[in-house]
Amino acid sequence: MTEPQNEAPDGMPAECSECEGGQTRRGFLFKLGVGMQALAGTLLALPLVGYAFSSFLEKDSRKWVGLGEAEGFEKGSTRLVNYVNPVRVPWSGTSGTDIPCWVRTKKDGSFQVFAINCAHLGCPVRFFDESQLFMCPCHGGVYYADGSRASGPPPRGLFEYQTKIENGELMIFAGRLPTLHESA
Amino acid sequence: MSRLKRIAAWIEDRLGLGKSMQPMMDHQIPRRTASFFYVFGSAAMTALAVQLVTGVMLALVYVPAADMAYDSLLHLTFVQPLGWFLRGVHGWGSNVMVACVFLHMIQVVIFAAYKYPRELTWVVGVLLLLCTVGMAFTGQVLRWDSDAYWGLGIGASIMGRIPFIGPEVVHVLLGGPIIGGEALTRFFALHVFVIPASLIGLLVVHLMLVLKNGVNEWPIAGRRVDKKTYRENYEKQVEGKRGVPFWPVAAKKDMIFSACVIFVILLCAAIIGPIGPSGPPDPGIIDTEPRPDFLFLSLFAVMALLPPHLETAFILIVPVLAIGLLIAVPFLSGDGEKHWSRRPVALIVLGLVVINFVVFSQLGVTSPWSPEMKAWSGTPTPVEYVEGRTPLELQGALVLQNMQCRNCHSLDGEGGRRGPALDAVAARMTENQLIRQVLQGHGNMPAYGGHLSPPEVTALVSFLRTLNGGGIRPRARPSIMPAKPGGPSAAPDVGR
Repeated sequence: MTEPQNEAPDGMPAECSECEGGQTRRGFLFKLGVGMQALAGTLLALPLVGYAFSSFLEKDSRKWVGLGEAEGFEKGSTRLVNYVNPVRVPWSGTSGTDIPCWVRTKKDGSFQVFAINCAHLGCPVRFFDESQLFMCPCHGGVYYADGSRASGPPPRGLFEYQTKIENGELMIFAGRLPTLHESA
Repeated sequence: MSRLKRIAAWIEDRLGLGKSMQPMMDHQIPRRTASFFYVFGSAAMTALAVQLVTGVMLALVYVPAADMAYDSLLHLTFVQPLGWFLRGVHGWGSNVMVACVFLHMIQVVIFAAYKYPRELTWVVGVLLLLCTVGMAFTGQVLRWDSDAYWGLGIGASIMGRIPFIGPEVVHVLLGGPIIGGEALTRFFALHVFVIPASLIGLLVVHLMLVLKNGVNEWPIAGRRVDKKTYRENYEKQVEGKRGVPFWPVAAKKDMIFSACVIFVILLCAAIIGPIGPSGPPDPGIIDTEPRPDFLFLSLFAVMALLPPHLETAFILIVPVLAIGLLIAVPFLSGDGEKHWSRRPVALIVLGLVVINFVVFSQLGVTSPWSPEMKAWSGTPTPVEYVEGRTPLELQGALVLQNMQCRNCHSLDGEGGRRGPALDAVAARMTENQLIRQVLQGHGNMPAYGGHLSPPEVTALVSFLRTLNGGGIRPRARPSIMPAKPGGPSAAPDVGR
């Protein structure tokens, strides 16, 4: 392969037999190289971005999970119950598997199930049977027994799971961390 | 020539490292800048080097999987020989690195080193600060203990407040819809690969910019930065006897301070030991009071003290505004005076930022807004508060204890501090005000009307009426008279 000998000072051929309509072979190859790099980079970047941000494409992965026999919950009580997180991986460990929630059984036998997370910043709330209050140890958010906000910084009441009774078992629709724009 | 020297000469001949490094080491700097005021940047780099070395060592044992991370951390701390010490060095190295970066930035602001032609050096420095803070947060998550688990929940809750895309951002942060296995591996990748690579890359650019534009001269009152003449004047300051070579004149002070930094890290690790772990990352153990690491305590405090209606705006706007303002500093004030005596506004702003950080961090340590969750059952009622009281008043003392009032209110200094101390509550509130406060609540106090029977309220208020601060007569009338219909409004002194 021979290179043009009559190059201009900037490295581009001043005149050559390969020039057609002002286009040189070297210039074409350069543009082709840039174009191919851009294409290859885009093809590589798309799956990378898709992989890292796949959660944007994910559908709601929540599932119905059981909390135990509905008859087993004493009327008028509020109990801490752990459920098995339906959205987990084999290496999730306890942190991603056993998620607690507060089950309130009303006097009429109906249920309210609250997420453990304070609506302020997600700390674990505790229920006090004597005062019938939920308290948050982080910033002092307080909620009444029905989950409504009582005082402190939370902007709303406790996050509540959807519930149903199936074959006598209390079930909740669970599998995500509740936040201000996405309830439990 | 010895064999070793011949090998070194051969490597140098092929690699040319010494030749390329020589100009950097010999570069001239203004004589007065060979000062201990200029050592914080190199100290931060030293701390980073300590972090890199100890981080690699810890990674030899640490298992970045949610089901094993905590156990591997316990193994590192209690079984692995010197594991506790390396964890201590890594933990305290992180704190010291953050401190050095802050000190470096404070020095840069006081000396106005961000002005022309070092604007880009400052911008890259701000990015380095963000990387350092990012390393501190992701490192805290890698402990994967109780504080890390709930701290991550707090971070997710904050991100979840972003309008429209909040939930998606949370899912990206956690690697899924909930804290679990993917969250830890994601933070491990950030802490070990992404942020350190960014940090090192930015650091190289930062150093290149320092070499290109020179070390900022010692500010002199009246000597203004003029973009047309600055570079020419700077050259004069490093020419001949007015300048000194960086090596060894300035480098010796860097070396001394950097060695001191390492000594401090080693001492803290040896005496105080490693940071954490706290309890296991089991969300079922809710008997926990999550606290962030020191760097984030001020934010923790601000989130407790802000009015609720301002929180979301604060969370979303202030960080963007603060970072934007930091980056904009050299473009808003790129020339003019550099001496601190001629820049009072800059110094006042810097002082306010430092004072706020210190005060809010201290508040974060004491966190008086947090209820004492075990005070109601674990803190005794002082004897002098129940001695000689009637059965009704004693019944009220029991109600006060059983209804978790002590979680937020203290008696004789014991108990929560979220609400006011009750030692002299009768001296500032009348019986009716007390009844109303108990039944209806106010401010940060919930209403107890639905949970207390009338006899319990009577007993509780009877007991509260005995708490008059030792001899002060119980208040019989409200301190502020209720407003007359149609007149100016006046609030009773409840809920303080």
